[in-house]
Amino acid sequence: MTTMTVKGSRRRGPGAFRRGLRRNLTAYGFLCAALICFAFFSWYPMVREVLLSFQQTNFVDDPTWVGLENFRTVTEDSAFADAWLNTLAFTGLALVFGYVIPFVAAIVLNELRHARAYLRFIVYLPVMLPPAVGVLLFKWFYDPGAGLFNQILDLAHLPALSWLDSTDTALISLVIVSTWMNLGTGTLIYLAALQSIPSELYEAAELDGAGIFKRVWHVTIPQTRLILLVMLLLQIVATMQVFIEPYLLTGGGPENATLTVAYLMYQYAFNFGDFGAGGALGLMLMVVLMVFSAFYLRLSRDDQS
Amino acid sequence: MSNLAVQSPRPAPALPPKRGSGGRGRRPRAAKEAPREFRSLVSPHTLNTPRGRLIYRITLTLVVVAFTAAFVFPLYWMVTGALKTPEELAQIPPSFFPTSFDFGVYAEAWDQLDLGLFLTNTVVYAGGAWLFTLAIDVSAAYALSKLRPVLGNVVLALMLATLMIPPMVILLPAYLTVKDMPIFGWDLLNTPWVIWLPAAANGFFIFLLKRFFDSIPRELLEAAQIDGASPARILWSIVLPVSRPILGVVSILSVVNVWKDFVWPLLVLPDGEKMTISVGIASLSAQMPQNVLIASLVIASIPTMVVFFIFQRSIMAGLTAGSLKG
Repeated sequence: MTTMTVKGSRRRGPGAFRRGLRRNLTAYGFLCAALICFAFFSWYPMVREVLLSFQQTNFVDDPTWVGLENFRTVTEDSAFADAWLNTLAFTGLALVFGYVIPFVAAIVLNELRHARAYLRFIVYLPVMLPPAVGVLLFKWFYDPGAGLFNQILDLAHLPALSWLDSTDTALISLVIVSTWMNLGTGTLIYLAALQSIPSELYEAAELDGAGIFKRVWHVTIPQTRLILLVMLLLQIVATMQVFIEPYLLTGGGPENATLTVAYLMYQYAFNFGDFGAGGALGLMLMVVLMVFSAFYLRLSRDDQS
Repeated sequence: MSNLAVQSPRPAPALPPKRGSGGRGRRPRAAKEAPREFRSLVSPHTLNTPRGRLIYRITLTLVVVAFTAAFVFPLYWMVTGALKTPEELAQIPPSFFPTSFDFGVYAEAWDQLDLGLFLTNTVVYAGGAWLFTLAIDVSAAYALSKLRPVLGNVVLALMLATLMIPPMVILLPAYLTVKDMPIFGWDLLNTPWVIWLPAAANGFFIFLLKRFFDSIPRELLEAAQIDGASPARILWSIVLPVSRPILGVVSILSVVNVWKDFVWPLLVLPDGEKMTISVGIASLSAQMPQNVLIASLVIASIPTMVVFFIFQRSIMAGLTAGSLKG
């Protein structure tokens, strides 16, 4: 009803002020639920992550300040180096598979004129599977006795592998599960990017005598450069947090071969009850990942404008 | 500040002709005009040579076979594996078709693992998360996009900044927070709130919604405002009906997110009666006979698969909406 009275006096100061106040109050009324949720479940935990890593927390007394004690605890743990090396190795391997395969798959799918809908559909099926289901499914496939993978190797007259039970193969077995479950996302995103490449570029390259591989190198890759870079960063951030695969498949073993930083963090907090040490590990991971996230945000903002 | 619609001296009669159809009416028409005059890496000319056609046929067959083997076969193996008896499962070489089609094992899994309870729990968590996400994120995005309060951009930036924080690194403080809420002192563990409320704090959804709301023509809202409609009324009667596509995308993504989540429910819903289906199966997996476990895996994946079969277009649209615009 105020709008009615205000309409005539649009230019006058006091009215404008009142309207502005009203508008802001209304807006923050609409925003307050979201602000509360973000405050409690995102912003406060971010701040608390930093505090946590400098504190000794048990659930009885108030947290006490312990300085760098937690960082000393985790860095002096012999598992610390293992966890970081495994995480880096996992991320690296996941990039080799999970980054290259989707791109190649997208390029090939983009050339096909048949069965496109079917292929696009099935490549995304594993992404829709709950991750716990996918991981447990592969646990069964990896079974050293009657597991599917060893049976297939047997059919091909190859020696059986011990997959999850050997320090040589355990980590790569985790990478395979993770790649299988997430490959569809990358493929579909690349496919969308490929379809926006202008045909003239390919025509021109062909007239210049470029073969297929040269066309990929000089047209496809430069034209999708931004999306390739973004996906690279996103994938690094996603795979460095790997937790569910070691948690459900190997428990970090054998001999710490699949222990990752996130899993070690979980162990500190929920197996050893040392939330401070877990927080210290979390903070280290956060610092590393924020660098990549910051690059990603920078890129996506550049693209927006 | 000059964004408030009433202040604009421009009258509203310039209602766009595509009223009510939102942003939808444009794209398909443009697409229809150009009937696939489309070339990519390989030119149509090369494809028409006998050699090109042969290579294309071979590639097509290889790709279809390889993709089917990689992505459909494991699921086939899962569904049929559950039908096999423990002896048949352990048999070498494996049988491609199960010798019997006894669906009893699915019933057994349902009873033994209490899957009905876990499924109900998960439905409650996902449904509640969906409602809270829509209510909270839509009104926030509406306020940021159309009401434009002071410091609105700062708020939006702070919300988007949470996208930079990988969920794993704030897992422990988030857990401590819900265990003993600051100010209120509530313990949310083992209550549905612990899933519902954090799910609503989703910067990505707010970003998607805000971007869509930004594209709704101002004239539409101005007209309603001059007629005396309140902001809530405008949101309900004008913005929401026009935003159906994006609401669909956000709805599906929010439900699927909750359904697929594992680490968070593992920590915050430890009570065996309150677990989600993923956590329930994982925690009981060690004690189950293999065929029962596999049957429960199948049951746990049916809901998301059904959602995918029905809504694949929206899901894939949401996927590309999330990435950069090309």
